[in-house]
Amino acid sequence: MKLFRGSCRAALATLAAISFFAAPRVGVVSAAQDAKSAESPSGNADNGKQLFVKNGCYECHGREGQGSNMSGPRIAPDPIPFDVLLNYVRKPRGEMPPYTAKVISDRDLADIYAYLQSRKEPPTAKALPLLK
Amino acid sequence: MAKSTKVPAGRRDFLKSVVAGAATLAASAETLPAAQPAQPVEERASRAMPMLPPVVESDPPAEAEVLNIDRSGSDFMVDCLKSLGIEYVCAVAGSSFRALHESVINYGGNSKPEFITCCHEESSVGMSHGYAKIEGKPLCIFAHGTVGLQHASMAIYNAYCDRVPVYIVIGNNLDATKRDSAYGEWPHSVQDAAAMVRDYVKWDDTPVSLEHFGESAVRAYKVAMTPPMAPVLLVADSELQENPIPEGAALRVPRLTLPAPPQGDSGSIAEAARLLVQAENPLIVVDRYARTQAGIDLLVELAETLQAPVIDQAGRMNFPTRHPLNQTSRRGAVVANADVIMGLEATDFWSALNTMHDQVHRTTRPIMKSDAKLISITTGDLYSKSNYQDFYRYTGVDLAMAADAEATLPALIEETKRQITADRKRAFDDRGAKLSAAHQKALDQARTDATYAWDASPISTARVCAELWAQIKDEDWSLVSILRHFSWWPLRLWPFDKHYQYIGTQGGGGVGYNAPASVGAALANKKHGRLSVSIQDDGDLLFAPSVLWTAAHHRIPLLSVMHNNRAYHEEMMHVQRMANRHNRGIDRAGIGTTFEDPNFDFAKIAQGMGVYAEGPITDPNELGPALKRAIAVVKRGEPALLDVVTQPR
Repeated sequence: MKLFRGSCRAALATLAAISFFAAPRVGVVSAAQDAKSAESPSGNADNGKQLFVKNGCYECHGREGQGSNMSGPRIAPDPIPFDVLLNYVRKPRGEMPPYTAKVISDRDLADIYAYLQSRKEPPTAKALPLLK
Repeated sequence: MAKSTKVPAGRRDFLKSVVAGAATLAASAETLPAAQPAQPVEERASRAMPMLPPVVESDPPAEAEVLNIDRSGSDFMVDCLKSLGIEYVCAVAGSSFRALHESVINYGGNSKPEFITCCHEESSVGMSHGYAKIEGKPLCIFAHGTVGLQHASMAIYNAYCDRVPVYIVIGNNLDATKRDSAYGEWPHSVQDAAAMVRDYVKWDDTPVSLEHFGESAVRAYKVAMTPPMAPVLLVADSELQENPIPEGAALRVPRLTLPAPPQGDSGSIAEAARLLVQAENPLIVVDRYARTQAGIDLLVELAETLQAPVIDQAGRMNFPTRHPLNQTSRRGAVVANADVIMGLEATDFWSALNTMHDQVHRTTRPIMKSDAKLISITTGDLYSKSNYQDFYRYTGVDLAMAADAEATLPALIEETKRQITADRKRAFDDRGAKLSAAHQKALDQARTDATYAWDASPISTARVCAELWAQIKDEDWSLVSILRHFSWWPLRLWPFDKHYQYIGTQGGGGVGYNAPASVGAALANKKHGRLSVSIQDDGDLLFAPSVLWTAAHHRIPLLSVMHNNRAYHEEMMHVQRMANRHNRGIDRAGIGTTFEDPNFDFAKIAQGMGVYAEGPITDPNELGPALKRAIAVVKRGEPALLDVVTQPR
């Protein structure tokens, strides 16, 4: 299993490509991880939305988790497996600042994860006249 | 030339005598018969003099007979500015250059240069910064030698770091015996007026005669406009401004001839061409490269000749964003793959080739191959100073040309073409096809990335970018703002190919640049009939929002679309990083970094300065119609502002 799957990984590739514009720079995961996904915990998406803001996740990843090439990659919709996310948040290898259990509990992260899972897929670029 | 023959030794002598005489008359006015006509009394004297003991003087001094002069030194100074083709003077009015001010608007007819009323010297210089990047030449700044220059200093530093010509004239009262306390002339005077900014101007002078001023005025312009360009400063002493031009003085403004920018030598050019032609994967990195449209066209020709990818660090409009060889969004891949990398005015070449890791222990990692050959062509090698560290990390290169890259490219293109063989040409074509496919893939990815948070509120920066493009794509547009905080969306999604469509960044990272620079750039675009558009950061506008009034007053057409994320957001991320590092949680990172409770109402701020404005706009579906209305205002020749509440980045 990859650390960032599907189009999230593509977003990271873009990030890696143009992150020289950025200061502070954004971490780029050097290699995809192979890890077995644990079951996603049940979480409260409404509470997760609040925690996503309170804990500053939105600052780099946007309020919808859409990401930015200037600050942090896209993390929603279709987030990476929870155990991978948990490991990365605790011990990031890129530019992301670490969030220890003292700062944010596993329970709160599960709620945030539920919020990320609740984000809807956007329309495709081809379906949006403004992006043609 | 002055007609009067009884000219006092100095203007202050003359003025003081008039004041003293008038005060005497005023003090005894009550005893004069009512029918006796009042003597002219300077308004200021009647205000200031009651605090002083009466001056007993039987007769007005002889100098008081001289009440008018036909031409002052400041008239000649305006002649100098006119000879240099300076179109505008941006200034906050100030007494230390009152004669220059008056000469511009009366003697000079307030035309070329025209006086642009600013409300902060940082705005004056910021406007000049933006103007120069569109027009390719400076306008002029007037400022007090002390307090005005202090206000201006951050903006001067930005322009210096950005290698942009800014032409500054400051007033000063060097002769201590001529300073008038009533005007605050003591604290407004300084021994060495330019000292405060000498670290970040390229040249300064304090002329002591009008002849001296004439030479220095032309020299300053020449120095500012010779790559590497940078701000220059002249001190115009008040006495020199205000005294009459001496009778019989043979004043002349010296001829200006701008030097041809330095080119790389033929041997180095031949070696650079050899390395590039023989490379399997050459790469071109550009930053503050293109000075003109010709510079863009030359880079296109070189890249196409080699079928080499280009990474644009976006210090200028360097290379068309939709060109298949523009691989900026694939920086990591193309740098890692390159065996020869050429930097053209690559100010921070090191950071194009390496990364730094901002954790507790900062570490670096090269992206480039260890045996890749490096070539640099930059005027940065011709000029550097010590104190301010804007020269970035040292990059060891294999071939360095201390030369202007744009001026060197014609010879490099010619030599490159001469060295290309049929075999190499086939290899180039194969390489070009792969790069073209990668470019298209990256563009498709950017469009996909833009779809996320499409309907979000606050509005996504990608959505703002797409809505804006829909309204300006058929216009002759010019995007006159920094894009760094906007996730660079326009450069990723819009087709840029003209030199005035993008003007780079602020240079020194000083916040408060974007608002005045965009107004200055719009001022330059005005006569060309271009639609100037700025994506305006909220925190930046808050430094000196009065530049909006300047735009309204002078009918400078500019559309400002607020990137209102209600924070100094980058600083909030920095505080967050520290809080995480110290394991304290980040719930207080908004203290000192956010603009909430209450929110700024930027539409009302703009409206209060006479600017058409709407907002706050939080619904993405309302943005398109609002843009239409605002652009209609701008096309009538006025500024407009939309306050758009946005996602952070």
